[in-house]
Amino acid sequence: MKRLNITYLIQQPAMGAMISFVAVILFYVLLGGVELSNLFGAASWVNFAANLGIIALPVGLLMISGELDISIGAMIPAGSMTIAVVSGHYGLPIEVGILATLAVGVSVGLINGILTVRTTVPSLIVTLGTLVAMQGIVLSASVLLTGNASVSLTSPEWAKAIFGQLLGGSYQIIILWWLGFSLLYYVVMHHTHIGNWIFAMGGDKESARNAGIPTQKLTIWLFVLSSTSATFVGMCGAILFNSAQVSGGMLYIFNTIVSVVVGGVILTGGFGSVLGIFFGILTFAIVSQGIYFTDIDRNWSSLIIGVMLLAAVMMNNLFRKMALLGAPKIKTTREAKS
Amino acid sequence: MTTPVLELRNVNKSFGPIDVLHDISLKVHAGEVLCLLGDNGAGKSTLIKTLAGVHKQTSGQILMDGEELMFERPKDAADRGISTVHQFGGTFPLMSIGRSFFVGVEPVIKWGPFSFFDRKTANETAVKAVREFGITRIDDGDRLIGGLSGGERQALAIARAVHFGARVLILDEPTAALGVKEAAHVLRIVFEARKRGLAIIFITHQVMHAMTVGDHFAVLIRGALAADFRKGEKTREEITDLMAGGEAMAELESEIESYAQSDSETSSAAQ
Repeated sequence: MKRLNITYLIQQPAMGAMISFVAVILFYVLLGGVELSNLFGAASWVNFAANLGIIALPVGLLMISGELDISIGAMIPAGSMTIAVVSGHYGLPIEVGILATLAVGVSVGLINGILTVRTTVPSLIVTLGTLVAMQGIVLSASVLLTGNASVSLTSPEWAKAIFGQLLGGSYQIIILWWLGFSLLYYVVMHHTHIGNWIFAMGGDKESARNAGIPTQKLTIWLFVLSSTSATFVGMCGAILFNSAQVSGGMLYIFNTIVSVVVGGVILTGGFGSVLGIFFGILTFAIVSQGIYFTDIDRNWSSLIIGVMLLAAVMMNNLFRKMALLGAPKIKTTREAKS
Repeated sequence: MTTPVLELRNVNKSFGPIDVLHDISLKVHAGEVLCLLGDNGAGKSTLIKTLAGVHKQTSGQILMDGEELMFERPKDAADRGISTVHQFGGTFPLMSIGRSFFVGVEPVIKWGPFSFFDRKTANETAVKAVREFGITRIDDGDRLIGGLSGGERQALAIARAVHFGARVLILDEPTAALGVKEAAHVLRIVFEARKRGLAIIFITHQVMHAMTVGDHFAVLIRGALAADFRKGEKTREEITDLMAGGEAMAELESEIESYAQSDSETSSAAQ
């Protein structure tokens, strides 16, 4: 029975990410002289993980379905600028600003999704196009409308309480949103038929369509989800910091992809898990933010991330192979039935 | 004689100016295996895609139980119980047996307004269905498809089709990529499906395998039906000859002959 459990564990796509997570913490504790209580008590990496995670999860689902969205890099500042311009510069009610922000996310998601399913252009290229285009729109619209590349925003109490307060002085409220979204995605991906459809789409789109799965509709919705999540993160940032800038967000493109890949999702789609992506995000956050707690010079963090990425991917490949082999072969004779 | 489950009457298919299928007429009855033989490029794939609703025939009729049908989409054919199993069986190698078995028709548990994927039922049903076909090695529905052998995948795909009420089973080269033992196993499963009263169209270019399970044989050459005969009417050599494109071979022989002739003529002229 015990043996079976180990086999089962190794077959889980999240295994590689969990091991990476533990390995990185061990590395920091043993070689960096980190106090575990300091590390786990710190808000910085949890805040970082939450902001990254809200975007990385839907991007991960897109990757499981066989697509990719890099336009999120421009959608974060697009989100924060939309709410700041609508509710800050023009002084409209914050509700209008929130709706406008989400509407921007939904529209760009629809454009990404529809272009991807209607043309044969790979989604990497489609979203590269919208990434650059949105950067241009955000910058010129901001300068045109406000004459500035940075806009301030004053939000009412209730909006701050929901989207932009600091719990216990340093924990951003967005952490709770992140945990909620993670749970929601977990249930949808692993315990509903929609999740099964997304895995099937990533495995073989043609067969999935022949099996009656609305692949086009589902692809478009996944793009809407990732794009809107990015504007949501931008919006929460603007409400929290009382201002928005047109720049920033580009690092998120690489950070989300690294987290998702460390989390055990394969680039070609069809394999992965929400739990894995969750641990991929945690691992990435610990590596990039935890380094401030070590004696290691912070300039090394990129090297560590690179090495960790390669190690995690190789580990994931190994585990996937083991998962494919399945349970150890005990019975070799087949019952002949004629 | 009973009405055939599936019948083709003078079916033609062309892609633009290129004719791929000429005037194909075939019948398959319940509990019968029709072997479709042909070399690469003979039009086998186009024919099965037409039957599976992927392509629409340019002219001619497809009848099921004597009633004319027109498939607009693959799903129309699937809804009528025409199921295609491809060479490599399952197409989702990284999904579990239970999950891939139910892709598109997932069993769910309702809980208020929500419905959840019922993994337990899915796994149990899938494992039971494939074990009924004699594959006792599969006992865990959480195993990934990619970890199964080629024969097991075929068995699973056939079991899946039967489970979902397929009446016509189209097997596209199920034994092509398999070893001898594995292939024998798949043939046994084809037999089992036939016993259950399915009409089976078995596409292959391995005459041995066709002879073992086939009741009825059709040979396709360049999109046309070159021969249509029943079990025992032709020997293995004759079939192999036919498939290798008897005519084409004859043509080649005559061409070589004429070359040899012209060669000797030129050389004698030179002398």
